[in-house]
Amino acid sequence: MTDDLLQFALFAGLLIAVAVPLGAYMAAVFAGEVRFLAPVERALAAGAGAAVRQDQRWTAYALSLLAFNAAGFVLLFLILRFQNLLPLNPQGFDGLSAPLAFNTALSFVTNTNWQAYGGETTMSNFSQMVGLTTQNFVSAASGMAVAAAVARGLAARRTRVLGNFWTDLTRATLYILLPGALGLALVFAASGIPQTLAAAFDAATLDAGTQTIAVGPAASQVAIKQLGTNGGGFFNVNSAHPLENPTALTNLLSTLAILAIPAAFCFTYGRMVGDRRQGIALFAAMGLLFLAGFAAIYAAEAAGNPLQAGLVDPGTGNMEGKEVRFGVLGSTLWAAATTAASNGSVNAMHDSFTPLGGLVAMLNIQLGEVVFGGVGVGLTGMLLFVVLTVFLAGLMVGRTPEYLGKKIEAREVKLAALTLLVMPLGVLVASAASILAGTAETAVLTPGPHGLSELLYAYSSATGNNGSAFAGFSANTEWHNIALGIAMMLGRFGYIVPILAIAGSLAGKTAAPAGPGTFPTHGALFVTLLLATILIVGALTFLPVLALGPIAEQVSLAAGRTF
Amino acid sequence: MTSYLRPAVVLLALFTALTGLLYPLLVTGLAQAAFPAAANGSPVVVAGQVVGSSLVGQSFTAARYFHGRPSATTGADPQDPAKSIAQPYNAASSGGSNLGPSAAALQEAVAARVAALGGGPVPADLATASASGLDPDISPAAAAFQVPRVAQARGLTPAQVQAIVDRHVSPRLFGVLGSPRVNVLALNLALDGRAP
Repeated sequence: MTDDLLQFALFAGLLIAVAVPLGAYMAAVFAGEVRFLAPVERALAAGAGAAVRQDQRWTAYALSLLAFNAAGFVLLFLILRFQNLLPLNPQGFDGLSAPLAFNTALSFVTNTNWQAYGGETTMSNFSQMVGLTTQNFVSAASGMAVAAAVARGLAARRTRVLGNFWTDLTRATLYILLPGALGLALVFAASGIPQTLAAAFDAATLDAGTQTIAVGPAASQVAIKQLGTNGGGFFNVNSAHPLENPTALTNLLSTLAILAIPAAFCFTYGRMVGDRRQGIALFAAMGLLFLAGFAAIYAAEAAGNPLQAGLVDPGTGNMEGKEVRFGVLGSTLWAAATTAASNGSVNAMHDSFTPLGGLVAMLNIQLGEVVFGGVGVGLTGMLLFVVLTVFLAGLMVGRTPEYLGKKIEAREVKLAALTLLVMPLGVLVASAASILAGTAETAVLTPGPHGLSELLYAYSSATGNNGSAFAGFSANTEWHNIALGIAMMLGRFGYIVPILAIAGSLAGKTAAPAGPGTFPTHGALFVTLLLATILIVGALTFLPVLALGPIAEQVSLAAGRTF
Repeated sequence: MTSYLRPAVVLLALFTALTGLLYPLLVTGLAQAAFPAAANGSPVVVAGQVVGSSLVGQSFTAARYFHGRPSATTGADPQDPAKSIAQPYNAASSGGSNLGPSAAALQEAVAARVAALGGGPVPADLATASASGLDPDISPAAAAFQVPRVAQARGLTPAQVQAIVDRHVSPRLFGVLGSPRVNVLALNLALDGRAP
């Protein structure tokens, strides 16, 4: 327990120590002040043509992003579908089926990185590198560009433009993701994560057997999957695989990398809008939610499975689906981080978590991926809740709501309220449709209330662009590949387009100087109101169905009931 | 519309070359040059023979060896390749059990493992399947639990075997990070006197 507290304190301290300077650096990158790769930047801009030179209104910014992601989807779909005809396929894997290629391509383009496929048993090295690794970079950079544009819109004074998508995309990739991934990949490779173009090697094991050990160009992909809140693993079991996350050091660095950029964005935002207190307030809100989530998952897993009382030593916690080198602390801290940030890589099997541990992981996603969230989009998702919070606060005191001196009017509130429908549509409606279509029951591994949890987790993960799973759920069917793919699109663009529209609308407004009647959006009172808004919306939406899934299961366990 | 298409297609192509080819190949080149053993899966070579990976667990069933954790990995049935059957520690297809905490199948599996170990309570890691099915480690308690069996099978005293175990306990990194653990392959190689 003391050891575990110490590990957590070390982690939290390191995260803040990384996020604050990184946030300042990213603000400089998006302001165009970091130029050490200027020749590469110029070459990319020359290829892209005139479109990269002029500042864009929100519509052009959004259309550029959509065009880029559409092109990325088409390319990735074709690579996956026809990987059998492409080079670097030492295992001779077939092309993916059309529904699986559709699902996987959408999944990587939307920064979800849901694995309906098994890494080492499905994907050629070409697909892993040229297909998946590329989208790991550019889908993350797309989300980061959105955050930069939104911050500019809030900081702007009577203008219509938010910056240039192509420039932001390029800068995020060249100056933030590539250097970070390169450094991390080399540390990973030195620590034992394979980085080779070979596919496997054979061993004659001690106890009279043989073992084929899959390897590949994993380190380079694992580094960016963590930094870019992507999460799609090189191996089937993701970062639980001893070759994807071999040591306590790789585990610590991975957990930090999951949260580094999303946390840093709070500080980037504060600098970009010229009031660092605003960023600190968002960081505080996210940090408190993260802390609460982690504490709940840790407590649930450390308590263990009551059905195993008398069978296993008390005090070691629930070890089903966990690795010894991480233990309960390393596994639950990761689970909290990966579901809070919409990363989705796992180092333990969430499906085998205790019901309450699994519930909190799921709820982290269902809150809309605003607890740090995905790179860039986590911040903008939180800003949507900020808009709603200042609106509610304005109603309470009877004043026109303002944020950063700008009036929040009907258009902004309507757009923000619209995004509240995304999670219930993607999670509740799509899950209900699966049940009605008869495709839910056949896909779940554990029957009873846990089966409902598996289904809910899948659609929460897809809509939240998270990508982790209750992996017993058999998602690789025509129905789920397509329905989950649609949920991912909804969860990605259903947030990005409205927030860009809000930013475009606020960019055109003048900022009034703060007066005595101004409601400050940086103090403890505001953070409390913001947290209340997030939790009330999340609880009202999901509590009923969570009662039927994980809560019912926890009660069953206490009663000694199995399914 | 072409004003969006051109930069989309051109930048996608250029980023694919940069991040999808140049970046992984650069990392491959550097890693292979600087730390080839780690970059190739950390193979363990004994007397010219690859006996496994120091990071990947392997199946041990003989009484004279320490056993790793239960593994839920599967593999193709040699009789009928279309079917998959239990194949513990299949390092070409990682997987956990994914059984929910209320699954009857989990409860039965845990009870059966505990019974096979002579009745509970046993260290939790010996009764539960790991996440990857390839967990290379067991807890020091799980190693101590197996000392009497291994000592008997090898004609050694438990104290002799426990001394070897103690030498193979990896502490927490910097005294803080991770959990104390024993690498099963390294321990068994040491017992065989074949440590690389």
